[in-house]
Amino acid sequence: MEQSSIITIKELIKRFPVGKGEFTALNGINLAFNTGEFAGIVGPSGSGKTTLLNIIGSLDTATEGKAVVMGQSTGDLTTKGAAKLRRKHLGFIFQTYNLLPVYTVYENVEFPLLLLQMSDSERRKAINDALEWVGLTDKIKSRPAQLSGGECQRVAIARAMVKKPEIVLADEPTANLDAANSHNILKMMLKLNEELKTTFIFATHDDKVIKYLKRKISLEDGKVVKDEIIKIKGD
Amino acid sequence: MIAIKLAYRNLVGAGLRTWLNVIVLAFVLFMIIWHYGILDGWNEQANRDMKAWEVGNGQYWQENYDPYDFFTLEESHAKIPEALKKATNDGIVTPILINQGSIYPEGRIQSMLLKGITPDQNVIVLPSEELNVESEEIPVIIGRRMAKSCKLQEGDVTTIRWRDINGTFDATEVKIVKVFNCDVPNVDQGQIWIHIEKLQEMMQAYGEATMFIIGEDFEMNETVSGWEYKDFDFLMTEMNEMMKMKKVGGSFMYVILMLLAMLAIFDTQVLSIFRRQKEIGTYIAMGMTRAQVVSLFTVEGAMHAILAVIFIGIFGTPLLIWLMSIGMTMPAGSDDMGIAIAETIYPVYGAGLIIGTSLLIFVITLIVSYLPARKISKMKPTDAIKGKIQ
Ligand SMILES: Nc1ncnc2c1ncn2[C@@H]1O[C@H](COP(=O)(O)OP(=O)(O)O)[C@@H](O)[C@H]1O
Ligand SMILES: [Mg+2]
Repeated sequence: MEQSSIITIKELIKRFPVGKGEFTALNGINLAFNTGEFAGIVGPSGSGKTTLLNIIGSLDTATEGKAVVMGQSTGDLTTKGAAKLRRKHLGFIFQTYNLLPVYTVYENVEFPLLLLQMSDSERRKAINDALEWVGLTDKIKSRPAQLSGGECQRVAIARAMVKKPEIVLADEPTANLDAANSHNILKMMLKLNEELKTTFIFATHDDKVIKYLKRKISLEDGKVVKDEIIKIKGD
Repeated sequence: MIAIKLAYRNLVGAGLRTWLNVIVLAFVLFMIIWHYGILDGWNEQANRDMKAWEVGNGQYWQENYDPYDFFTLEESHAKIPEALKKATNDGIVTPILINQGSIYPEGRIQSMLLKGITPDQNVIVLPSEELNVESEEIPVIIGRRMAKSCKLQEGDVTTIRWRDINGTFDATEVKIVKVFNCDVPNVDQGQIWIHIEKLQEMMQAYGEATMFIIGEDFEMNETVSGWEYKDFDFLMTEMNEMMKMKKVGGSFMYVILMLLAMLAIFDTQVLSIFRRQKEIGTYIAMGMTRAQVVSLFTVEGAMHAILAVIFIGIFGTPLLIWLMSIGMTMPAGSDDMGIAIAETIYPVYGAGLIIGTSLLIFVITLIVSYLPARKISKMKPTDAIKGKIQ
């Protein structure tokens, strides 16, 4: 869209080596995201959603074209520079939660803050705030194995949000959750999006998620086939 | 700093396997400290006893004297030199005359050394004053080992045979007036002690000696011609060499034990890096650099050693102190090794031993933990997050 884009993707192509040949997972993507968007990349399995999210998240690099995130071209970053970008500005939410199993809920949420210079009191307040957002203040001493799937994903949201990142990337966050929990966490994220102006980008093919999106980008065979702004948000 | 905190959380969170590794490592550490403590204690005891019983503060040897060649004994005695006369009379040095002979306990023949000593000397702790008895036979004293090997007891009378300086064989009866307890084989095994004047008479070597043992405060500026000065360190060389060999020999076992412990930790590391790919991917997604993740896993592995040291600090210290107080009873027969060895050895744990061993184990564990962790830096974060690397 215009110049205030927080993420800009230009002519992005991603090919994976497969056997002797190559497989084109993303084929000429052009996209821009503004601050505060609540957008979803939607498409069938294998359409390239995760690949695109990984490139935005600087976990992977484009074969051609570029992805500019927070003014930084991810392809030009060193691994250290990419780590810094993620550490400071990006939060990740995964389908499988990816909580650290030996840590308590509190420690899991604390983790991203330990990577940032922060005073103890600041950190404590941030963790408590984040746990309050997701309604888990009574479970701070629990370990992931003692939590339900919904609770785990809420911890993961708190962990992604605790440092108040500019961008949160969520890859199939509801795929392992039942309907009630799916709605629950989406409402939470929508609220955080509105309160903190955090940009959310989902990769999903779940209708429950799609219902909440304010922008729906449809991907098919590595190409954007539709990009629509949705006026009425679901409830 | 953060790596240590996180590593500790992960390690303690990993539970049983961690503690097994820590206990194995602690066991190795404990065994090394204890065993080398025993060797150090033994070394100290042997040094102390050899100084007190045998080597004194150094010795003068008649220039032909060679303790390893008994056949030279015939030529290795000489008149007490002028330079040593005063010290001898003052009791600061004491002359020893040595001759070869044989003893006939229960009709068997056994070769041995005859050692002449001044009964009233105070230079070594040998109970030579026991030779000051009136007896029909010549009074002699022997050590416990000698008594055992010849089946002799106090009060026994036996025959000895020797050659005088003219090469003539002679024999006489001697009476064991004392069997003394001594840890130093060189004053005990294969020898009998006799009044020096008696031996001089038997050998027809009046006023002669083979060597002198120097007492505490004796300083000699001039060289004594025909005699060689041997300082304390020289006289202890053999003993020190043997101790060194014992340490090296003993270390073989610890190398193997260490290897096993390190294998366990290596295996734990490899397994944990394999099983925790998703976690590694998550760390990277959250903004850790790969180097940070590598160091996290390295510190985690190395922390086994730190926990082992703490474990030993808490549980091993009382045990080590207790073992120090009771000492170790040496197995029967271990006194035939030619080193001065007491019946009970009290271990000595030096700071160098404890710190050195702990540091060594830490450094080795660190390396063993680092090697598999290096693999992390080659992982693709996108694959690691899914946990699908083989
Ligand atoms: N590392 C890889 N190597 C080879 N092919 C890959 C790799 N990652 C993804 N792909 C392929 O790229 C396509 C898009 O994958 P992905 O982005 O995971 O799709 P989605 O998330 O939409 O299901 C798929 O066909 C997948 O098989
Ligand atoms: Mg996917």
